[in-house]
Amino acid sequence: MTRVLSYLQAVGEALRQEMQHDPSVVVFGEDNIGGTGCDGRLGNAWGPTQGLHEHFPDRVFDTPITEAAFVGAAVGAAATGLRPVADLLFVDFAGVCFDQILNQAAKLRYMTAGKARVPLVLRAMYGAGMRRGAQHSQVLYPIFAHVPGLKVVLPATPADAKGLMAAAIRDDDPVIFFEHKMLYFSHGEVPEPPYVVPLGQARIARPGRDCTIVALGRMVAEAEKAADVLAAEGIECEVVDPRTISPLDIETIYDSVRRTGHLVVADEATPRCGVAGDIAALVAEHAFHALRGPVRTVTAPHAPVPFTPALEDAYTPGADQIVTAVRATIPAFAGQERAS
Amino acid sequence: MPDHPRPDRAELIDIYRTMRTIREFEERVHTEFPGGEIPGAVHLYAGQEAVATGVCTVLTGDDYIASTHRGHGHAIAKGCDVTAMMLEIYGRAGGLCGGKGGSMHIADFGRGMLGANGVAAGGVPLSCGSALSAKVRGTDQVSVAFVGDGGANQGAFAESLVLAAVWQLPIVFVVEDNGYAQATGTRFHLGGKDIAPRAEALGIPAAVVDGYDVLAVREAAAGAVQRARSGGGPTLLDCKAHRFFGHMEGWDQQAYRAEGEVDRLRAEQDCLQLFAIRALEDEWLTTAEIAEIDAAVRALIDHAVEEAKSAKDPDISELLTDVYVTY
Repeated sequence: MTRVLSYLQAVGEALRQEMQHDPSVVVFGEDNIGGTGCDGRLGNAWGPTQGLHEHFPDRVFDTPITEAAFVGAAVGAAATGLRPVADLLFVDFAGVCFDQILNQAAKLRYMTAGKARVPLVLRAMYGAGMRRGAQHSQVLYPIFAHVPGLKVVLPATPADAKGLMAAAIRDDDPVIFFEHKMLYFSHGEVPEPPYVVPLGQARIARPGRDCTIVALGRMVAEAEKAADVLAAEGIECEVVDPRTISPLDIETIYDSVRRTGHLVVADEATPRCGVAGDIAALVAEHAFHALRGPVRTVTAPHAPVPFTPALEDAYTPGADQIVTAVRATIPAFAGQERAS
Repeated sequence: MPDHPRPDRAELIDIYRTMRTIREFEERVHTEFPGGEIPGAVHLYAGQEAVATGVCTVLTGDDYIASTHRGHGHAIAKGCDVTAMMLEIYGRAGGLCGGKGGSMHIADFGRGMLGANGVAAGGVPLSCGSALSAKVRGTDQVSVAFVGDGGANQGAFAESLVLAAVWQLPIVFVVEDNGYAQATGTRFHLGGKDIAPRAEALGIPAAVVDGYDVLAVREAAAGAVQRARSGGGPTLLDCKAHRFFGHMEGWDQQAYRAEGEVDRLRAEQDCLQLFAIRALEDEWLTTAEIAEIDAAVRALIDHAVEEAKSAKDPDISELLTDVYVTY
């Protein structure tokens, strides 16, 4: 029997099941319970932790607005026997606690020659589209993927949100778990029993022979829309969702490019020093002879995210730009292959 | 020196030996550093021995400490192997962290030493985490966060005080006010005389402690640790003890200190001398016992330096290990 959940519910279900599975899992962040210290009803959190404290009253905590302290506490707790899931709310707030992520979480294991383990998950909501302006809409995963010692996860579907969260919690390394705010209320089939989607394994979201589209996070759904449009023109796109960008399943991308000969990378982040450029460079370095056209990247512009809907909608890449990029990379070839 | 509860003889010997070990270790590193065999940045703890020793002497092996960039003293007081520490400072194979940490990142998780830290106040939030961990796991382990007067100005420190107060964590914040944040004096940088009131403002009990008097530190720490262990929440100890050496070896000639300041410090406020004088006067220890400890410690440090100098560099293959558990 199939069961449909929202992305937000899927994250919440993974948290509940993993807390059930392992008493060392603790969950905390601002309003992760909600209502603590108020006269009204306790538990009116709005995010994936809603209701969690009713099941686990001793393992879900509210925090004061002290990101440096509680993200650091997650690192310290992870290094001393717990599996904390700390909630940064907006990833933009990494700005006030980056030392604890960059210099503590990411480095402890290496600096102690493996004596420390830091099995923590840092939940981070990201992405444009909700009219939140430049300080609440950024797509910052490239910054984290750049840092050795961190793992970076970007679920695109409710089913992956659940399975990747379970994998992140069970993982022995620090994981930054990026939840796209515009995907929270997207729906999809999600199996009810606990399961794990392994970190570092890409998913072929749609098979196709003519062009590979590597799409990240929210761009996966946009790439699928683009693939529908292009299919009507006879161009069959293969949509690859890496699911995690550190580790990155580059082999699945190479294999796909070797089959299709063409590559477009769709990434909602800004273009400089980012994941789209990284994947393009890796393919150019290691699968150059498979390419029969230029690699194209579709990204946001090199600008902060604007507030007003007219500008924000123009800022965010989507299916239209992906369609244009695919046509640009296989202009003549697609026609020839169809004729042969 | 005012009266403080006197530990038993075995503890008194242990206290003296620990302080002497830290002093000898640091004096020796200072002497060896110009030889060029010790790479990188080294921050020496000499002068402040009574703080690390007084605090760690009331901790158990299972308790946690998080240290600072000036971390050798804390590591020794928490029981880390002195030879393995010296190897680490020299960057050799067999070092406490395999040569990947160095002076600024010495850690020994097996002894509850969660690491020296390259970032001012960087370890303080980690201590909140080890305290939370003990609380959730239902153990009575206590966490101690060491921080300098410079680090106490960091937001991470202020935030950690708030979190510890709100969560009622089993933690002791030990501020070591050594008078200087690098080369800037507390008179300028602290915005007030003491750090203790910052904790008191949050309802955290706090005390200013004579950091040259190991028994004063020990007594204050014993009360704070007992409070934490019995569920009474956090405490802050604001310990005053200036350092003998500069901020960092090889760079800091201490031109910012008054002429004769360090000489006076060594002559009048040397925690080891003060302790030894008291121990002899009150017949806790004999001259012979002290001499015996001094000789044993000197031999220990000689051995550590010899081992470090003759040890090999880590194998190049270690470059890529321990980045992740799995990847």
